[in-house]
Amino acid sequence: MTTAIELEKVRITFGTFTAVHDTNLDIRDGEFFSFLGPSGCGKTTLLRTISGFTEPSAGVVRIGGKDMAGIGPNKRPTALIFQNLALFPMMTVAENVAYGLRVRGVGKSEREQRAMKLLDQVALTPHAHKKISALSGGQKQRVAIARALAVEPKVLLLDEPLSALDLKLRQHMRRELREIQQRVGITFIYITHDQGEALNMSDRIAVMNAGHIEQVGTGREIYSKPQSAFVASFVGESNELPGKVSRISDGMCTVDTPLGALSGRVGGDFRVGDAATLFVRPEQLRLAAPGGDHAFRARVDDLSFEGSMTHLGLDTGLAQDCAATLMTSNHESLPEIGADLGLSFNPLDAIVLKSGAPAA
Amino acid sequence: MNNLDTTFIATALVVVLFFFLVRYDRQRRPEAIGFFRRNGAVVGGYLILGVGFWLIMTFIMPMVFMVDLSFHHKLPPSKVGGPEDVYTLDNYRMFLFGSRTSTESLNWLHLRSFFATIGISMALTLITFAISYPLAYYMAQSAKAQQLRVLLLLLIIPYWVNDILRAFSFRILMAENGFLNGILQGIGLTGQPIDFLGQNIALYVALCYSHLLIMIFPLYNAIDAQDHNQIEAARDLGAPWWHIHLFIVMPHAKPGIGSGMTLCFMLTAGAVATPLVLGGPNSLWFTPIVYDRFYQLFDWPQGAAYAIVLLLACIAIVFTVLKLAGLKLGEIAK
Amino acid sequence: MNARFVTSRVVIFYLVLFFIFLLGPLAVMGVTAFNTPSYPQVWPIEGLTLNWFTELFQDQEMLEGLRTSVIIGLSVAVLSVAMGLAGALVMTQLFGTSRSYYYFLVVAPVLIPGIVLGISTVVFWRDFTGILGMRSTLYNGTVLTILAQSSFVSSYCMLIILARLQRFDVSQEEAALDLGATYPQVFRDVLLPFLRPALLSSGMLAFLTSFENYNATTFAILADKTLTTVLASRVRMGSDPTISALATVIIVLTIVAALVFEWLKRREQKRAQLLQRERRRLEAAELL
Ligand SMILES: Nc1ncnc2c1ncn2[C@@H]1O[C@H](COP(=O)(O)OP(=O)(O)O)[C@@H](O)[C@H]1O
Ligand SMILES: [Mg+2]
Repeated sequence: MTTAIELEKVRITFGTFTAVHDTNLDIRDGEFFSFLGPSGCGKTTLLRTISGFTEPSAGVVRIGGKDMAGIGPNKRPTALIFQNLALFPMMTVAENVAYGLRVRGVGKSEREQRAMKLLDQVALTPHAHKKISALSGGQKQRVAIARALAVEPKVLLLDEPLSALDLKLRQHMRRELREIQQRVGITFIYITHDQGEALNMSDRIAVMNAGHIEQVGTGREIYSKPQSAFVASFVGESNELPGKVSRISDGMCTVDTPLGALSGRVGGDFRVGDAATLFVRPEQLRLAAPGGDHAFRARVDDLSFEGSMTHLGLDTGLAQDCAATLMTSNHESLPEIGADLGLSFNPLDAIVLKSGAPAA
Repeated sequence: MNNLDTTFIATALVVVLFFFLVRYDRQRRPEAIGFFRRNGAVVGGYLILGVGFWLIMTFIMPMVFMVDLSFHHKLPPSKVGGPEDVYTLDNYRMFLFGSRTSTESLNWLHLRSFFATIGISMALTLITFAISYPLAYYMAQSAKAQQLRVLLLLLIIPYWVNDILRAFSFRILMAENGFLNGILQGIGLTGQPIDFLGQNIALYVALCYSHLLIMIFPLYNAIDAQDHNQIEAARDLGAPWWHIHLFIVMPHAKPGIGSGMTLCFMLTAGAVATPLVLGGPNSLWFTPIVYDRFYQLFDWPQGAAYAIVLLLACIAIVFTVLKLAGLKLGEIAK
Repeated sequence: MNARFVTSRVVIFYLVLFFIFLLGPLAVMGVTAFNTPSYPQVWPIEGLTLNWFTELFQDQEMLEGLRTSVIIGLSVAVLSVAMGLAGALVMTQLFGTSRSYYYFLVVAPVLIPGIVLGISTVVFWRDFTGILGMRSTLYNGTVLTILAQSSFVSSYCMLIILARLQRFDVSQEEAALDLGATYPQVFRDVLLPFLRPALLSSGMLAFLTSFENYNATTFAILADKTLTTVLASRVRMGSDPTISALATVIIVLTIVAALVFEWLKRREQKRAQLLQRERRRLEAAELL
């Protein structure tokens, strides 16, 4: 597969503030790539650099192998879907979609035809001649997508496009976006702070924190093999058990925590004696048989039954809250609030990472 | 060197200073895109031409030329630029001390008129403010939407009737045998008709009238922007009404008050039409004196000097007031 | 009697006095336009007549003045909107010190008495047209008045346009660029349509301001005559009910214009409400 976008040591600064630190990244042709990170971590800034609105202070941005330095946003083969959509209120839906063709000098009848075809694909044909202000949120979204696709970009950039929609519509639009991407086959770069969206839609995800890319990988990799404490705690839920490394062997290591010695896979390079945190997901915790082996003990201080799943809030005596998620059908009886439990997990499901700053 | 050369040089300095500042600012913001890359040749050309013509041809050059002219003698065209065309302060001396043949120590006629104009304009500005403030407050904080619409409509009507006609209506109203005297005599308030015109009362009333709206709209906008809850809260706390206005509404509306007062003062002091129509025989307004330098005496340099004196006085007063009130020019010019 | 009652009476009393002051003089003048005596007389009404209106519409000097006023007003409107727009756009592209300097230059004309602007225009253009060799064509009252008025009317226009420009959503411009538009295309397709309401209202304001201007005009008009300068010389010479008739016409036109404006605004509001309702309906349907 060829590379669609290549970032080489890209750094972006505003005055003395560095919004994106030296970043290297390859995004492949035709993939659905997401940037996931908390608000203010530099996602929009990076996207604006790719589309040409911001020049990087250092480093090279290549699109289709070509260095983009000095090339304005109107000359790049990218199309951006803005956070607020930025549809043109003084034009009709069809005129909006045809605008990119119009400025390229495509004749009136041809661009109308092409606009109508795109509108048909996003099921907006009956609304072609309406004003933008008469459309609903989801329809506006689709106009924005059709407008961006009309110029046949190599890469489509989407900046939190669903954040303004309500939950139900958001779920629906996720599927629709994914379908569109598969149909047109171009690279989508998608920005979000919602891990559900990123995991659900993307081929690969870059997790960002404070101007750094912390990890790049598929949703599964990010979820089950986080490479940093930030990723482990930002993506999905994790129980964090901090301590000191006491033994390392064969890719496994033991951490001395206040709850006792716990083992997990080694997730970073460290030595015996280093501070480290063991991360284990709530659904990996199992109830130990009464009197049987367990990794640590905790008291149930919250219980919420949700049909197939049951969530337990656990008090271990540590500062951090713990949680466990049980498959209801695997248990004949559920513990009660106040019960003292033994909990265990498979060390292969836990990961030990260098203690980092907690996620924002 | 003729007058225009000085003008061109001074204007060039203003323009060069501008470009120098632009360059300086750009060095501190290297990420800004170049002017022509930003706008393209056509739009860029339009912007430069539009702003250039406006500021240079209709404003800066005429102003500079007028200043320059005020330092010259009145000369017949043949002698302009000749050896007799030297710089002089005579026109300003004339304003202060009168002509060289005059026996008085100071030019009392003009000075008195000048200071009277400034002083009366200030007083009228305050009166106009006092009349306008309650209405502006009422419109902004108390009136319902429907009432507001009617009030605005009623206010708009006199706004587009020009100064001459407004002044004319006061002449009809306040003439010796006019309507107002008729009423006053009819109800026995006065035996003799009052000479509103001769005493300049009509002039002052009309000046006040003409600038009511100039005052009301900025006031209204400023008071309207204040959250009504603040006022309610103060009232709940038991603040007396004058306290609320003086310490809650007015400080908040300061930019609006500054803007209304500044405009009102400038327009009153610089009024031409109203004194022309309503000025009594012993009217002291300064603008007719300036007008006469021009179109009675045809002494343009002296007229220019007088205009500059008026301009400087206005600027000085406005800036002093702004300074005292702690306002910036940008806040009032909206 | 409670305090609220007293307050409301005081407010009503004040409002009545205020509007008597504001509208009374105009009403009085209006009456004289229909009264027969040839000196504008309010009372007694000696007989109703439309004579003064007939005379007004046959008054060649006034009609000539009106024509010049309209020519000047239209030219000032076109020039000032164009220059004010350029001024506002340049403002948005400046920052730091140059912006303050520039702001001072473009706002100054508003704060300079009209009489000073009129005088400076006349004295400068007399000599300037001289060295251009165009004194016979350019140095005339109409041209000078247009120039003198444009200097400060452009500032008004600029301030109006700037106010709207500050509400411009930059992502609109970026979206157009991103779709491949050049900056001039962005200007034409996105910025100008967005500014349209401000351009129209500033043009209207420019025309009306020019039409009723006297201070700058009286110096710059030279041998020509606008409606206001004709009026001024008439009023100076003596009173005459045709002037009242003219004022009445202007007042009636103002009222009609204001009412039409009000009606348009309401229609616009109603349309916006309809759109909103339609959108809500669509949104509801989408979630089913
Ligand atoms: N034009 C700018 N000037 C200065 N700081 C900026 C600018 N744009 C963004 N930033 C800063 O860069 C950081 C990253 O912003 P952004 O990329 O918008 O974050 P997000 O990940 O939420 O999209 C923020 O701290 C923001 O304040
Ligand atoms: Mg963002």
